[in-house]
Amino acid sequence: MRWMWIDRIIELEPRRRMVSVKNISLAEDHLHDHFAADEAGGVARPAMPVMPGSLILEGMAQTAGILIGHAEHFRQKVVLAKINRAEISADVSPGITLRYTAVVDRLDAMGASTLGTVDAFRSGISADPTRIAEIDLMFSFIDQNMSGMGFPEHNFVFSESFRTLLKMSEIPVDF
Amino acid sequence: MTRDEIYSKVREILADTLSVDEDDIQPTSTLKGDLGAESIDYLDISFQLEKNFGFKIGQNELFPQGVAQDPKYVKEGKVTPEGITALVERLPHFDFTKFRQDPQLSRIHEIFTVDAIVNFVQAKVAAKG
Repeated sequence: MRWMWIDRIIELEPRRRMVSVKNISLAEDHLHDHFAADEAGGVARPAMPVMPGSLILEGMAQTAGILIGHAEHFRQKVVLAKINRAEISADVSPGITLRYTAVVDRLDAMGASTLGTVDAFRSGISADPTRIAEIDLMFSFIDQNMSGMGFPEHNFVFSESFRTLLKMSEIPVDF
Repeated sequence: MTRDEIYSKVREILADTLSVDEDDIQPTSTLKGDLGAESIDYLDISFQLEKNFGFKIGQNELFPQGVAQDPKYVKEGKVTPEGITALVERLPHFDFTKFRQDPQLSRIHEIFTVDAIVNFVQAKVAAKG
C-alpha cells in the first residue's frame, strides 16, 4: 500500500490555496477492520467500514503539505509539526468522495500554517456536499528549525509518489 | 495599546497555542518549564503574535535559534560574559538578571518568559507607531 491519501489535485493557486479529492473505496484493506463485524458479549454487530479520522487528517496534511512545498519549489522539507485544530463531525464510508480545501494562513522562512475544510460528496446521488471536518495545521521546514541537527540532503518528504500525483494532476514539477 | 492590554492578549494567545489555563499564566512563567512549550510552539506563537498584533517577526528575532551554540560564547557548558553581552544586544526584550547569576547553557530557556514576549510586543507595537 502506498501512503497516499489524496487521489488528485483539482485546483492549485500557488502560495494561496489548494483543493484535492480522495475517493473512498471498499478495496482499501483497512476499512475491513475499521470496523469489522463483532460478536463481543453475545451481541452481533455488523461490519461498519468508515474512514479513520486519523487518515482524514493525513489527507489534509498531504493537501496542505503539497501547497506549502510547492510555494517553496519543493526545496524545503515540509513536515507536519502541529495540529492546531481538528474537528470531524461525521463518518464517511466507501463510495464517498472527499474534497480537501487548504488555504495558507501564514508562510515564512521557518514554516507555515494552514486552514482547511473537508467536504463529502455522496457520489451519484447528490451533488451537494456536506461539510464533515475543519482541520488547521502547522508545518515546519525542518532544516530551518532543528538547531543545526543534520538531515539527509535529498528531500525525503516529497517522494516519487508525490511526483506522480502532481504529474497526474497536470501540475508542472521540476524537482 | 497599553502594556496591560498587550499582556492580556499575549495570555490569551499562549493559553490557546499551549493548551493551558489562562489562570496558570503569570508574567514570570517560563514558556518551556512552566507552560510546557515545545520547540514547534515557538513558531506557532510567532505566527499568532503577527496575526493578532499586525506586525511581521523576522527569523530569529523573537526566539533565536543556535545563538548560544557559538563556541566563542560558551565555555564548559556556561555562557561567557562576552556571550551574555552579545545576547543582551540581540535580544533586548529578555531579562538576563537571573541568568547572569548562574549562566548554565542548560538554563537558557528560563529567559523565555511571558514578560519577555510582552516586552517584545510592546517594542514592536511602539516601532510601528
